[in-house]
Amino acid sequence: MADPLVDVRNLKIEATAYPPGEPPQDITIVHGVSFTLEKGKVLGLIGESGAGKSTIGLSAMAYGRGGVRITGGEVFVNGRDILKLGPGGLRSLRGHEVTYVAQSAAAAFNPAKRIMDQVIETTLAHGLSGRAEAEARAVILFGQLGLPNPETFGNRYPHQVSGGQLQRAMTAMALCPKPDLVIFDEPTTALDVTTQIDVLSAIKEAIHDTGVAALYITHDLAVVAQVSDHIMVLRHGRMVEYGDTGQIIGAPRQDYTRALVSVRSIEHEEKRPTAEPVLKVEGVTARYRGTDFDVLKNVSVELHPGQTLAVVGESGSGKSTLARAITGLLPPTRGRISFAGRELSAEQRARSRDDLRELQMIYQMADTAMNPRHTVGTIIGRPAEFYFGLRGEAKRKRVQELLDEIEMGKGFIDRYPAELSGGQKQRVCIARALAAKPRMIICDEVTSALDPLVADGILKLLLNLQKIEGVAYLFITHDLATVRAIADSIAVMYRGEVVRYGSKSDVLAPPFDDYTDLLLSSVPEMRLGWLEDVLKHRRMESAGN
Amino acid sequence: MAVHPVVKLMTQRLALGLLLLLAASVLIFVGTQILPGDVAQAILGQSATPQALANMREAMGLNDPAYVRYLHWLGAALHGDLGQSLTNGEDVAEAIGKRFGNTLFLAVVAAVIAVPTAIILGLIAVRYQGRWPDRLISGVTLATVSVPEFLLGYVVMFLLAVKYRLAPSVSTIYDTMSLGEKLHAIALPVIVLVLVVLGHMMRMTRAAILNVMQSAYVETAELKGLRPFLIIARHAFPNAISPVVNVVMINLAYLVVGVVVVEVVFVYPGMGQYLVDHVAKRDVPVVQACGLIFAAVYIILNVAADVISILANPRLRHPK
Repeated sequence: MADPLVDVRNLKIEATAYPPGEPPQDITIVHGVSFTLEKGKVLGLIGESGAGKSTIGLSAMAYGRGGVRITGGEVFVNGRDILKLGPGGLRSLRGHEVTYVAQSAAAAFNPAKRIMDQVIETTLAHGLSGRAEAEARAVILFGQLGLPNPETFGNRYPHQVSGGQLQRAMTAMALCPKPDLVIFDEPTTALDVTTQIDVLSAIKEAIHDTGVAALYITHDLAVVAQVSDHIMVLRHGRMVEYGDTGQIIGAPRQDYTRALVSVRSIEHEEKRPTAEPVLKVEGVTARYRGTDFDVLKNVSVELHPGQTLAVVGESGSGKSTLARAITGLLPPTRGRISFAGRELSAEQRARSRDDLRELQMIYQMADTAMNPRHTVGTIIGRPAEFYFGLRGEAKRKRVQELLDEIEMGKGFIDRYPAELSGGQKQRVCIARALAAKPRMIICDEVTSALDPLVADGILKLLLNLQKIEGVAYLFITHDLATVRAIADSIAVMYRGEVVRYGSKSDVLAPPFDDYTDLLLSSVPEMRLGWLEDVLKHRRMESAGN
Repeated sequence: MAVHPVVKLMTQRLALGLLLLLAASVLIFVGTQILPGDVAQAILGQSATPQALANMREAMGLNDPAYVRYLHWLGAALHGDLGQSLTNGEDVAEAIGKRFGNTLFLAVVAAVIAVPTAIILGLIAVRYQGRWPDRLISGVTLATVSVPEFLLGYVVMFLLAVKYRLAPSVSTIYDTMSLGEKLHAIALPVIVLVLVVLGHMMRMTRAAILNVMQSAYVETAELKGLRPFLIIARHAFPNAISPVVNVVMINLAYLVVGVVVVEVVFVYPGMGQYLVDHVAKRDVPVVQACGLIFAAVYIILNVAADVISILANPRLRHPK
């Protein structure tokens, strides 16, 4: 058998950590991982954040990001150990034999240079071909990747094209020098589902057409199942399981893989509407100051006590703007918002203390929603003191109660946010919202920044708290799996309008309107051939029309 | 028709610059008016008769209200008439013209050397960040920035003019000198000025580029296998232009406006010395004219910095 393209043996990677209040220390982030990749095959690297998947991927270019150092093992690419290469050898490896597609193409493109110049830069720098030839190849790649006007697309600057287009342009940039291996590092994670499916199929076809091998890094097993031949599951810098894609998703052998496959298995029985809604939004229209178009158009929804209304849509659909209108941060130009039977003032400043207390909010970025210089006890204790006048021992007792409710227990009260994990931070934010004893909490993408298993834990906690406290949630998300897991009713938003609204069972059952159909069918399913099925279905439909 | 945002922004900047210049002219005028003493008395001396003083004031228009005098002065200045020197009666515009030319000559020569050197040294410092070339460049430039310029002037004079006799210590230049002779004459003040402004510009270039070096597109460039210097020059520097241009312009302005000390040290016939002489003699028209020209230089250079920053921003240059 021929030598594999990539042969990684017993890879060890270290980094320097800077724990708060302690001296810096070296930590091992990859503990002896080995794998091989044949020419023209695709290997999926999957795991949660901190699993070391990006770090392992970049080791195929002998690159350590930030203070990351490859300290042991061997990485053979095309038969030579690239860890032993000097600067010149590395330069001929990087960008020529191995190329890279980053998660955020928006950040990975130089804002000051035209897309074409960046796409063909590697080809020219490595002397692989002349400018005219490289540009011709780039135009072909733009066409293959489904970019509009391939001939002129490259003349534009990165800020002049959309995120999904930029991600495809980055793929073209990686394929242009005809590499042997492309590392895709979460290339679709930052995109909306309806965009993700286009980019994903473009990447898959490009891999197929060029016969390039790929390392495909993602946390989303359903996505990687569509493109890879083999999958390696990683956790805490160790390999958990390796197998072909069908086996990993069909018959996982390890408990951790099973947990990943079966994630979002939450059962939630839909509740019927009650007589009196806690929140009633009627005909709300809003626009930002100094603009001349409405970001919310005649939005009407209701939320019933102890229930969850999921507001779902893509970025820019007006979901978060609706939350701003309800909280009074963006007073509507038309419409009424009533809460617990009384009309709310449009301006947040004009609302009573009870209005403020009973309507709490939790944000996507728990990190930035907490003062890093306050302890958990101070953060959670603040609303308890502000709204209920608790002080001293009583306040501490209440904080501990809340910590118990969010299943964090003892030992956290005197810690700082920097000492908590992502999931723990979000739990503290939940406890802070609960401390005000609200009737309703607006949850704005609260699980979007979390790993699937951690997000699952948060959703279970929220459902449990709903049962105990009877609090209602307005749950803003772009993730339909989350919606299925927790919603009682659903509002689908598109360009500032509610295009579909009703109970969960009604909204998720056919017949669908065009947008909801597109949205629902774009959510990756954890099975082989899902991508092909959807695309085939869509082609047939557009041919039928 | 929609106006290109760059045109709009630049028009705003230019208008703002003119407004600032107007405000500066008011300040200069007011400042010279509230100086204690009487110009007529200063000209005619202590022994002048009251009648002579009154005639003088009448002749100079000193009895008009302040705003009338300001408008007269401003109107004349706009026509290139900066008045007559009170001390020797020569035409201020003519006298300044020559000296301003000398000052610009010195400034341009210093800038032509200092700006590219500073940027190149900044790029080198980034390329070898934390290693000896960076430390050497940063250390030396910090030292030259920290030493007062008159001391630097005398040190340079002692070493290069007195000890090794490479260049004259007195930098007087005449119209009859050839360009080569002039350059030789001003070698020492140029060296001092370069040393003074170099450190500032180099350190800003270094900091601005290092800031950009953290971005994802620089990592992309590294992963493309580009040479380190190419990454810095092609990917990092274009995105650091705006802060670099601002500090360059401030230093250029300093080269024109702030060279008083250096001109005095090397007896160079520039604006600075001219200004100092006439301040001592209470020669109000000259002081006003110098102030106006210095303000204009500052404002023009800063507007230029703004314009270049706007042009360097691809988002403004190429709107969606």
